[in-house]
Amino acid sequence: MPTPSSTPETDTTLPDDHIDRAGESPSGPRLGVVGWLRWGWRQLTSMRTALILLLLLALAAIPGSLIPQRSSDPNGVIQFDRNNPGWAWAVQLLQLHDVFGSVWFSAVYLLLFASLVGCLIPRIRHHAQALLAPPPATPRNLQRLPAHDRRRVDGPPEDVLRIAEKELRRQHYRLRRLDAGGERSIAAERGYLRETGNLLFHLALLAVLVVLAVGTGYRFTGQRILVEGQTFASTRIAYDSFTPGRFVTDAQIPQFTLTLDRFRVDYVEDNLNALGMPRDFDAQVTVTADGTQQSSSIRVNEPLSVAGTDIYLLGNGYAPTLTVRNPAGDVVFSDSIPFLPQDANLTSLGVVKVPDGLAKQVGMIALFYPTRATAPGGASYSSYPDLLDPVVTLDVYVGDLGLDSGVPVSVYSLDTSTMTQVAGRGTATPALELTPGTTAPLPDGLGTIELSSIPRFASLDIAHDPTQAPTLIAASAAVAGLALSLFVPRRRIWVRVAARGDQTQLEVAALARGDDPRLQSTVEALAARLETAPRPPGGSDDPVP
Amino acid sequence: MTPFLDALSLLLVYSAIAVYAAGFIAYTLDLARRTARRPTSALAKERVLAGPATVPPAPPGATEPTTEPAPGRSKAIRVGYALTVLGWVLHVAATVLRGIAAERVPWANMFEFSLTGTALIIGTFLAVSIRGRLAFLGTAVLGLVVLLLGVATVSFYVPVVPLMPALQSGWLVIHVLVALLATAFFGLAFLVSITYLFKSRRHPEQPTRLQRLLEATPSAEDLDRLAYRLTIIGFILWTFTLIAGAIWAGRAWGRFWGWDVKEVWTFIIWVLYAAYLHAMATRGWHGRRAAWLCITGFAAVLFNFGIVNVFFTGLHSYSGL
Repeated sequence: MPTPSSTPETDTTLPDDHIDRAGESPSGPRLGVVGWLRWGWRQLTSMRTALILLLLLALAAIPGSLIPQRSSDPNGVIQFDRNNPGWAWAVQLLQLHDVFGSVWFSAVYLLLFASLVGCLIPRIRHHAQALLAPPPATPRNLQRLPAHDRRRVDGPPEDVLRIAEKELRRQHYRLRRLDAGGERSIAAERGYLRETGNLLFHLALLAVLVVLAVGTGYRFTGQRILVEGQTFASTRIAYDSFTPGRFVTDAQIPQFTLTLDRFRVDYVEDNLNALGMPRDFDAQVTVTADGTQQSSSIRVNEPLSVAGTDIYLLGNGYAPTLTVRNPAGDVVFSDSIPFLPQDANLTSLGVVKVPDGLAKQVGMIALFYPTRATAPGGASYSSYPDLLDPVVTLDVYVGDLGLDSGVPVSVYSLDTSTMTQVAGRGTATPALELTPGTTAPLPDGLGTIELSSIPRFASLDIAHDPTQAPTLIAASAAVAGLALSLFVPRRRIWVRVAARGDQTQLEVAALARGDDPRLQSTVEALAARLETAPRPPGGSDDPVP
Repeated sequence: MTPFLDALSLLLVYSAIAVYAAGFIAYTLDLARRTARRPTSALAKERVLAGPATVPPAPPGATEPTTEPAPGRSKAIRVGYALTVLGWVLHVAATVLRGIAAERVPWANMFEFSLTGTALIIGTFLAVSIRGRLAFLGTAVLGLVVLLLGVATVSFYVPVVPLMPALQSGWLVIHVLVALLATAFFGLAFLVSITYLFKSRRHPEQPTRLQRLLEATPSAEDLDRLAYRLTIIGFILWTFTLIAGAIWAGRAWGRFWGWDVKEVWTFIIWVLYAAYLHAMATRGWHGRRAAWLCITGFAAVLFNFGIVNVFFTGLHSYSGL
């Protein structure tokens, strides 16, 4: 018979150092290779190892928040590398810009999950057996259990036991009747859901990991900047950048065309503390997919679903339309150029490259102010993000644009090392200044440049992610399992009766696995109920006192 | 109307701080008296939420129900409790007015996070107090809240402004509120764990002043269990926060997890508390080491709130500062 001083259940499937395991520590192996392997496996699946791996995981994630990551902050990465050339070797060696995909971070979480699997398999087997096994027999010394109650009640023992059975069954206990000599007892157990929940939680976490590992290959995202009035047909090359998973083929890229009809921005005008703060961004688009055309809106928290993908609005700005003519008046360049916003009032920076049609190659670094204001020192800045007093200023360079070398060049930057500045700060000619509808002459009689209009652009993200739904299901299962494992009490209750003349000596005791704040009160409530409950007809006729 | 309500709200915040400070003094007076008094057995047997020990099984006789009557609360404690309730009423009124002034939920920038978060800490403290004696925590809780509210009004205050488009979502209501509620539970668990660390230190020699002070607290075992119970609630809320945040991120940014700075720290906090829960079930880690993990977890929560929100650049740039 099990004694209550050790856990009555010989739960050898828990890790050796689990608090519910009996007192011996893992013994050292005497065997050869197999013994050492077994020892290593037991170490890996021990609670202590899991705990240390968890702490390592937390620690390993910290650099990912201190050093810019390629995945979340590509501009920060470029800036970090430029500012910290001395760190380059460490960044390279330790993959510090890809912490969450790095060898060492992966090692920690893979070990953690290996440890988890090793821990779960025997527990699942054991739990399945426990679900089928009857509750363990009644211990001899019930008063040594953590919760205990003893009282003398009316009625014969059999009646009391029958009421106890009914009551415990009502509370969803599983029962077992035991008769040992003159003493009769019930062993009852409930709360198997606690372990079920715990297993479910851990299995759900495994599922999340598997879904993410597999699903990444089927995911893709593409970015595209679209100026008002422009149309874009979704093909791989039409994206400004496209990041496909390993298993994504061109055939899976959804077929649709998207026109940005209008980009509407609502500014706060009635609150001086937030003057000019955007209240709403609304990209009004026309989408054609599967032969049907429809008009919709894309907002920040309201993506648009098209052909199995979602289109998100991630950014916006101005794309001034600039037209360059040669001295004869022929148009040699005309385009709406997206300018990158530099601050909240949309002071924006853009680059114009005119490779052909003029006497020399011309490059221009342009600043755009939606509402130009002038600081006391004479510098211009934008004081409001809407178009109240828009001005474009241009520094002009001539020389080699570097477009013929075959090396890809960003359209948002101008390498001036092989060019000569002919207008703007630091030269005799002031920077060109354009307001909508005006034309300015380029220096040296190269031609003219006109600002014809200032449309807005929207920066769109087109994403297809088949992992979303399964991840959400697994995560929800994890929460449900967690709640069960932390809040469902796992209890064993024993009720023992012995005849004492007309009366019955009643003993109720309980044992819990883990923390159980209501154990004693449960025992007392049951004992009180057995004392006062009406006796079944046919039993003792004694009135209840 | 908005500036008037905002100003009124701020006035109520100042009043709440003053009342909390008075409550802090009352609780501190109570503690001070205890250090002057000889320890009594009645105080030592005061029980928190906890029932009797369940694991490991107690030796025979130890689980006999206490026959001594529960000790009455001192006058200072009753005054402290009353002031806490009064301060909380003002505090909640201030928070509600701020919400009315802004015509939205009052948790959309650092000042409002602090305002609502501290109201939840006090609310949780009062709620838990109904079920068990928490008076020993009064000084620490009110001290912490006065400090946080002070920092909030001095450093984080911003006038009411409308929500930026990124925050215009139903998820703001649930994601941030649950995060703040989790923080409240973690905060109380943190204070209980600190008390536990003092309480569980071995004192072989004559009782010191500190030990007499600790006579006012429940037993080390009860403190350990209380910290655990507060933490599991916080942990489930935090898990929900993480998932709700991921759903919202998927809606707003086109990916549900991108290791943004705030996401990284939310993850770190989650893993630290997961480690705490494992420690509570690991032989050799239960007790003081687990308590240190609980404290580390809340340090990470504070870092995530006070440092990451304000000084780190990322997608979660909503401090309003």
